Amino acid sequence: MSTDKKLFSGFTRRDWLKSLAGLPILGSVWAAGLDTTKKSKLEKELLLERLNIKASPPPPSGSMAGDPVRVGLIGFGIRGEQLMRALGFATQEWQEAMAKSSQENPNDKRLEDFKAQENLNVKLTGICDIFDVRAENALRSFNTPDNPCKRYDSYLDLIHSGDVDAVIIATPDHWHAPMAQAAVEAGVHVYVEKPMTHTISETYMLRDAVRRNPGTVLAVGHQHRQTLSFLTAQDAIAKNTLGHVSLVVTNTNRNDDNGAWQYPIHPDANTETIDWNAFLGNAPYEPFNKEHFFRWRKWWAYGSGLSGDLLTHDYDRINCVLNMGIPKYVTASGGIYTHRDGRNVPDVMQVNMDFPEFSTGSSQESGKEQGMTLVYSATLGNQFDRGTVLMGHDASMELGNILTIYADPRSTQYKDMIQEGRIDPSVPIYQYDPSADGVDAVTSATAKYFANKGLLWTYRDGKRVDSTFLHIREWLSCIRNGGNPSCGINEGFEEAITAHMAGLSYKIGRRIEWDAENEQVIALPGEDLDAILLDNTVNYQS
Amino acid sequence: MSQPQPLSSAQTTALVLLRLLVGWHFLYEGVIKLYTPSWTAKGYLLSATYMESLFHWLGSESMISIVDTLNIATLLFVGAALILGFRTKLASILGIGLLLLYFFAHPPFPGHPQGATEGSYWIVNKNLIEAVALLVVYLFPTSLTFGLERLFHKKEIQTQSH
Repeated sequence: MSTDKKLFSGFTRRDWLKSLAGLPILGSVWAAGLDTTKKSKLEKELLLERLNIKASPPPPSGSMAGDPVRVGLIGFGIRGEQLMRALGFATQEWQEAMAKSSQENPNDKRLEDFKAQENLNVKLTGICDIFDVRAENALRSFNTPDNPCKRYDSYLDLIHSGDVDAVIIATPDHWHAPMAQAAVEAGVHVYVEKPMTHTISETYMLRDAVRRNPGTVLAVGHQHRQTLSFLTAQDAIAKNTLGHVSLVVTNTNRNDDNGAWQYPIHPDANTETIDWNAFLGNAPYEPFNKEHFFRWRKWWAYGSGLSGDLLTHDYDRINCVLNMGIPKYVTASGGIYTHRDGRNVPDVMQVNMDFPEFSTGSSQESGKEQGMTLVYSATLGNQFDRGTVLMGHDASMELGNILTIYADPRSTQYKDMIQEGRIDPSVPIYQYDPSADGVDAVTSATAKYFANKGLLWTYRDGKRVDSTFLHIREWLSCIRNGGNPSCGINEGFEEAITAHMAGLSYKIGRRIEWDAENEQVIALPGEDLDAILLDNTVNYQS
Repeated sequence: MSQPQPLSSAQTTALVLLRLLVGWHFLYEGVIKLYTPSWTAKGYLLSATYMESLFHWLGSESMISIVDTLNIATLLFVGAALILGFRTKLASILGIGLLLLYFFAHPPFPGHPQGATEGSYWIVNKNLIEAVALLVVYLFPTSLTFGLERLFHKKEIQTQSH
């Protein structure tokens, strides 16, 4: 010690100051940083505590153990191929194309994801497609010693073969209900693409068939039900976070020919390779027409346009969160404005669905607020991303993969916190990214920028989540372990009736009303609503 | 060779000030990140617009926690060293390295997407300017005048004279 003292004996106060003055600066900067983070953490915790939203991804569906489920596929088109991959079956051609694509672009993880996908313990035992090229393509890849797979010329042969426990239906819309009903009545489980039916009467018939056969599981292909943020959204609604929601806006924006259903026409398509009468089924007679076969979504005779094809997804997403059921009134307008190519379904369509008695809750005096409109707005000529927003008196919720809530500047519920400056209406009060770690409030602009680009995502158990895969898995789990699929016959019934009301309103040009008590779409005297819905002759362009 | 001109005291003060302010900035960034457990450079790295393969590797699942820890540790060390006036040469070099990584992940080069920035930049941005400021700090050490090193320096002189 004494030598130390000696060592510094030549030190003046000035020397000490110049040597050690950095220390208080260091201390101040450190303390300031600590204080800032502490304060913002406290504010966040206070807000999250006040909102008290339970953030949870949906529980995974049940075990896939046991005997393999024997699945038959009806319709190996574009969607059929996607569903088969979700089931674990990809064609050799697709795998080769993806291997090449990932060589050129290392970020293309489609093949890697497919190979990492959980084995669903199924056998693909039968396939039915009325276009030889597609059926043979499926057999070439899927009929292996491990998985013997047979082609059936008719869907009835497939359903009654005794070789399938379940069928996946990915055909044009006008075949959904007849096939689903035949399968259900034969005790075969069904996964049917949306819309569940093509007419109002089919919707009742299919529901009756399912009610008569409670042992069969029917799931409708609204894979958006598996979106990981939906349970959290439901809880936010239940906790009255948004107050009274008076308006919900959803939309479709596409701007390419493929998105407008201008699918490629196969060069080998002819009357020899396609069973044209089997395609037509109950549709009005039409001589062999390749365009109708490959681009069937463009005509009311086989498809249902924007209302059946895409509105159904958005309606079902909202119905999943709000559970508001069938709208009392539906008003639709639109036209063929972007693809005047001979189609008769609209490519621009706006649908207003009114629920005058529905309420998500209120923060104001009782009786002041009630009723909600769900707006579906679509164009196939622009792809600006508008997002889905639930608009309440107290807050707005942006619903996507990430769930974001903004307080409303005129909110009653958050008035105090806004006045105290603790809530800034331009900054989210709540954000849930199911793939990131936990929940955040008051997110910084940059964090939001990266989150919206999807860059901060990790995946469930380290694997990328594919909603179609989860949806099929859920259906298989109900078949194996019991339980009801998230989009079963009742949800399908509501989806189908709503879509048909929208199609009818567009075609008739009148507000269409649902009589909830008698479960009926109200028709004027002498009006045959299904005939109007199916009418394929009218060209609404004029 | 002519002898370099000794620095005037105003010049030395300016250099000390530069060193302190850069240190201040580094330290504060480091402290904020240290006490914000959810903070990660992942988004910044994965959205890199230049030398993508390097930055995507740094941002990958296996690397990101090491990268985040090293980033915070380096920010804190550089900040503390520059403020205290201790090991400022090493700190300057590390600081320049860190800033160049930030710079090259999202360089304001013509034709490169700019993402979220608060100003307008062409080729040069604040990261690059701060890196050059650190080069000056490296080339004109001032910790003997103002900093902990003065202590050891004095000690050496005194030990020798005894």
